[in-house]
Amino acid sequence: MSAGGMKDNRSASRLVLENVSHSYGELAVLHDLNLVVNPGELVVLVGPSGCGKTTLLNLLSGHIQSSSGTVRREGIIRTVYQHDGLFPWLTVVENISMGLRSVTNVTHRKQELEELIELIHLEGFSNHYPHELSGGMRQRVELARVLAGDSDILLMDEPFSALDYQTRLRMRHELNRLLVKRPRTVVFVTHDIEEAAQLADRVLVLSNRPATISRELRINAARPRDLTDPAVIEAMKAILTELGLQF
Amino acid sequence: MKSDANESHIKQGTVVRTATQKKNNILRFTLPFVVLLCAILIWWLITFFHLFPAYAMPSPGAVWNSFKEEIAAGRLFNDIVASLWRVAIGFVVSACLGIPLGLWLGQHAAARHAFVPMLNFFRFLSPLAWIPFAILWFHIGDKPAVFLIFMATFFPLVLATMSAVATIPKIYFRVAQDYNYKGIELLTKVTFPAVLPQVITALRVSYGIAWVVIVAAEMVGCQDGLGYGIWEARNGLRLDSAVCYMIIIGLLGMGIDRLLAQLTKQPNVRWGYER
Repeated sequence: MSAGGMKDNRSASRLVLENVSHSYGELAVLHDLNLVVNPGELVVLVGPSGCGKTTLLNLLSGHIQSSSGTVRREGIIRTVYQHDGLFPWLTVVENISMGLRSVTNVTHRKQELEELIELIHLEGFSNHYPHELSGGMRQRVELARVLAGDSDILLMDEPFSALDYQTRLRMRHELNRLLVKRPRTVVFVTHDIEEAAQLADRVLVLSNRPATISRELRINAARPRDLTDPAVIEAMKAILTELGLQF
Repeated sequence: MKSDANESHIKQGTVVRTATQKKNNILRFTLPFVVLLCAILIWWLITFFHLFPAYAMPSPGAVWNSFKEEIAAGRLFNDIVASLWRVAIGFVVSACLGIPLGLWLGQHAAARHAFVPMLNFFRFLSPLAWIPFAILWFHIGDKPAVFLIFMATFFPLVLATMSAVATIPKIYFRVAQDYNYKGIELLTKVTFPAVLPQVITALRVSYGIAWVVIVAAEMVGCQDGLGYGIWEARNGLRLDSAVCYMIIIGLLGMGIDRLLAQLTKQPNVRWGYER
């Protein structure tokens, strides 16, 4: 079995929110949310800015506890952040190997590292530090780190929003490619409607604060999808309408 | 035709630029020496025209002779070793206690609130104020000087490390949690490397303080050292010898700072200085 296929049983991963509400003091952020993320699914959360998307991700990752309701998590969860998620004092290869801490076999670990570097096309940059890389390269390293080893669920907090448009397009393609090689359950937060329509199996549109799921949209077209794919355009229209942005 | 003209223009531009760079580099290395020579010249003129009495303003020649004398007697070398030794011990003890304490305080808000006022109080207390205590507690020899170096560097180091820890971006701890860094591993593999660039800067600053304090510390309670050398020169009204010691103190201070600056060139801390 190849190192990459180390964990191909995704059935262990599950994220469930039951009647979850959350408030910061007086400020109610999330109201009575119900959500089940199925194994291998790519769910994208979109919503107006400040509606509580990141709060929702923090609840899913366990970094904060909900004020009421139940959050159930099964599987190893890792997060990709918007930027600065890499440790600047570690090289590319050292950052990625953080994801392989549970792999004790040195040969196996080395092999897996080489495979991951190759996967994100950063051969020759193994010993570079994050500040020596471009924004897109840094996010690719983050992707390799969360995909390394035995992770089950990836939470992505606007991972491409700090990048320029063309790099963003390339990164979407990159994410699709990586998920084909290493399938994971993904919850992806973005404010980019185009990104949501192009990547998601299911889009959840959140309402204004206190946020609840105002629309659930399944996109059945196979991934990777072209930006001009009718399914993508249709989904974008639906999301825009739901957000009140279709003029 | 036109493009040819452009090309030659560009080529000329490149040539001009490299020539300017070369000129800048030469200036960068020669200018400090020019300034130094001017300073020595002014010094020499002051003594030549006897603007001050000879006993109060030794001439460059007298200092040069004094240098040769001190080196021949072997005293200068002994004093250098004695001072370096005291600073090293005081500084290392202070770093070994101060940095861990700073790391701890940085992570515990309650402890920080409890201790910061007192740490600040001691930081603003001139280390020289401790001289009477140093002598009463440690008598003469290395110990009082080491104690004073410790008192001078400990508080700034603790406070600098502490505030560096308190300002580590939260995201690093989140990532650490995702990858199961806990306890001592969290401290050594996340917290410490995250503050290392700032700790190195704090070490350089507090080393500067230590080097200033050692001179005063050795003026009391010591029988050797660079500070003692100046004190003895003053007692014997040998200001030529005092200047000779002053030059050594300045040069050694600069030299050791250069060494500490090498720490900032380590690849795993460069990020802290390039952002």
